[in-house]
Amino acid sequence: MAQAHAPQFKNPVVKWIDSRLPIFTMLDHEYNQYPMPRNVNYLWAFGAIAGIMLVIMIATGLVLAMQYAANTTIAFESVERIMRDVNYGWLLRYVHANGASMFFIAVYIHMFRGLYYGSYKAPREILWILGVFILLAMMATAFMGYVLPWGQMSFWGATVITNLFSAFPIVGDPIVTWLWGGFSVDNPTLNRFFALHFLLPFVLLGLVILHTAALHVSGSNNPLGIDPKGPQDTVPFNPYVTLKDGFAVVVFLIFYAAFVFFAPNYLGHPDNYIPANPLVTPAHIVPEWYFLPFYAILRAIPDKLGGVLAMFGAIAVLAVLPWLDTSKVRSCKFRPIYRQFFWILAIDALVLGYAGAMPAEGVWLLIARIGTAYYFFHFLVLLPLLGKLERPLPLPASISEPVLKGGGRVAAGAHAKPMEKA
Amino acid sequence: MRALKTAILSAAFALGLAGAAQASEAVHIPQQSWPHSGVFGTIDKASAQRGFQIFKEVCASCHSAKLVPIRTLAGIGFSEDELKALAAGYEVQAGPNDSGEMFMRPAVPADRFPSPFPNDNAARAANNGALPPDLSLIAKARVGGEDYLYAFLTGFEDNPPEGVNLMPGMNYNKYFPGHQVGMPNILQPDGVTYADGTKATVEQQAKDVATFLTFIAEPHLDARKQMGVKVILFLLVLAGLMYASKRKLWAGLH
Repeated sequence: MAQAHAPQFKNPVVKWIDSRLPIFTMLDHEYNQYPMPRNVNYLWAFGAIAGIMLVIMIATGLVLAMQYAANTTIAFESVERIMRDVNYGWLLRYVHANGASMFFIAVYIHMFRGLYYGSYKAPREILWILGVFILLAMMATAFMGYVLPWGQMSFWGATVITNLFSAFPIVGDPIVTWLWGGFSVDNPTLNRFFALHFLLPFVLLGLVILHTAALHVSGSNNPLGIDPKGPQDTVPFNPYVTLKDGFAVVVFLIFYAAFVFFAPNYLGHPDNYIPANPLVTPAHIVPEWYFLPFYAILRAIPDKLGGVLAMFGAIAVLAVLPWLDTSKVRSCKFRPIYRQFFWILAIDALVLGYAGAMPAEGVWLLIARIGTAYYFFHFLVLLPLLGKLERPLPLPASISEPVLKGGGRVAAGAHAKPMEKA
Repeated sequence: MRALKTAILSAAFALGLAGAAQASEAVHIPQQSWPHSGVFGTIDKASAQRGFQIFKEVCASCHSAKLVPIRTLAGIGFSEDELKALAAGYEVQAGPNDSGEMFMRPAVPADRFPSPFPNDNAARAANNGALPPDLSLIAKARVGGEDYLYAFLTGFEDNPPEGVNLMPGMNYNKYFPGHQVGMPNILQPDGVTYADGTKATVEQQAKDVATFLTFIAEPHLDARKQMGVKVILFLLVLAGLMYASKRKLWAGLH
């Protein structure tokens, strides 16, 4: 960034390494000096929270994988061995199982923050699209992870979701057979899902690194949605944002720990404590809560192929969002009409989630259909039109102007040498 | 704006509440007060021990608990010697020996509770076609958990309501999904004689069994909650310190 300067390292070893491989200079640029708009609020901490969740998931997942056996005859039992016999196995498994939900909570808040403050607009389009890929990778990972305990919901969830691909004409059935590795969800399916569930988090990690790299090119957006004009508008990432994000992470961990220790099975389904049985179908097959809005969209369309396309379309539409929103103004703060529609979309997502948990019949089916129609209406019709029709409020001249009422002091550490701040 | 946000929050809250209630289908399962519920709740060991007595004398003649090692009972106060003596009362299959034969040996505490039937088909054949479910995880595998177990065990009715045609060999239960269940009304007043002198009413027995089944489904329940209290207290203090530091640091900016 403009104000970054080459750091001077005192430690001779660090100096020696850095002159040959400048990783310390890179880290200093990206995580020490990286200028963060000084007006960011706590919603900006959810990126860091999501990152921490990924680390927690990989760490606990690795240890669980050492104890788990991916075979239909013993998978369920091996999970119970983890719960009963492995030292702190119950803790590892509950941290991992609830961690998936927490990861999605953090990412959904992170996404809605991006929607509200226009973080997907130029020059952050690729940053946003990488985020959509991260969401897709998360969904695939979470889905396959839920299959591993080989309970009733694991088995029937896997059956329902893999069967979606049979909706495609001609190639559909061969694809499903290929996914299953046979003619039904069975041992080959479980075995490959375990392999992929282990692989995908590292793909996810790679995507997160790219996401962060793209972020550090354009810089972070902020609640005003205007670019920082100079050092008076920003603070160095460390210690200002590390401490602020650190506090937010700890608060989030309290929320997380409350589930892990006091309601570890609240977000799960009781049927998944019944071993998988291909001969007995559960009364209601419901996915995990974080898939419910998409499940509602899937079932809202009366045609199977149409439902599958709508469900994937609901995510695909996010990828092209930077070009659907024609407004040049980023932040909702200065878009009085879009702001109302943003909240309606948020309610719509909640309503779809609720409808997804209910049987697809009667009034709930109707609600899911209205919700689905509105979801696409918002992105495909409202956003392109609003950009042309809405008259945004006047934008402030700079970030420090409204924050400090007329220019502020430069943050203390902005020009300090990195190693001098302890 | 504020009104909209309030509306969203209350909608989310209502959804959460409804979500919790939604899974319980049409039948309302009454909630009991359990010593092990709540943040500081722990398993009532005396009750769980009485529950084990019923499990052993009544339930285990049809139901297995095949995921539970006998030594698990140390968690409700069985001493090592008691566990050894208890285990020795069971027989498990072992082998093959040097001549290739399988043989029976007395169980040790590390063994799991032996099942009453060699396989599911044998269990069905002996139970009029119905399969008595394994009880290792039953408290976590039913909507309503231990409340459901209590309701189920006390919810049998000798005469089904009018208009209900019971199939042969089935029994009517107010709380069982579909109301027709193969299991008979097994808990009788004073059906067991408690070693500690507690009066064995049907309600008392149901409560004790449900407590025991909660324990074997979640043997680390007490340890989990105790650790949770410590973890959350630690995080609260840490959050306070971090917030104070953050405030102090950012105050220097203005």
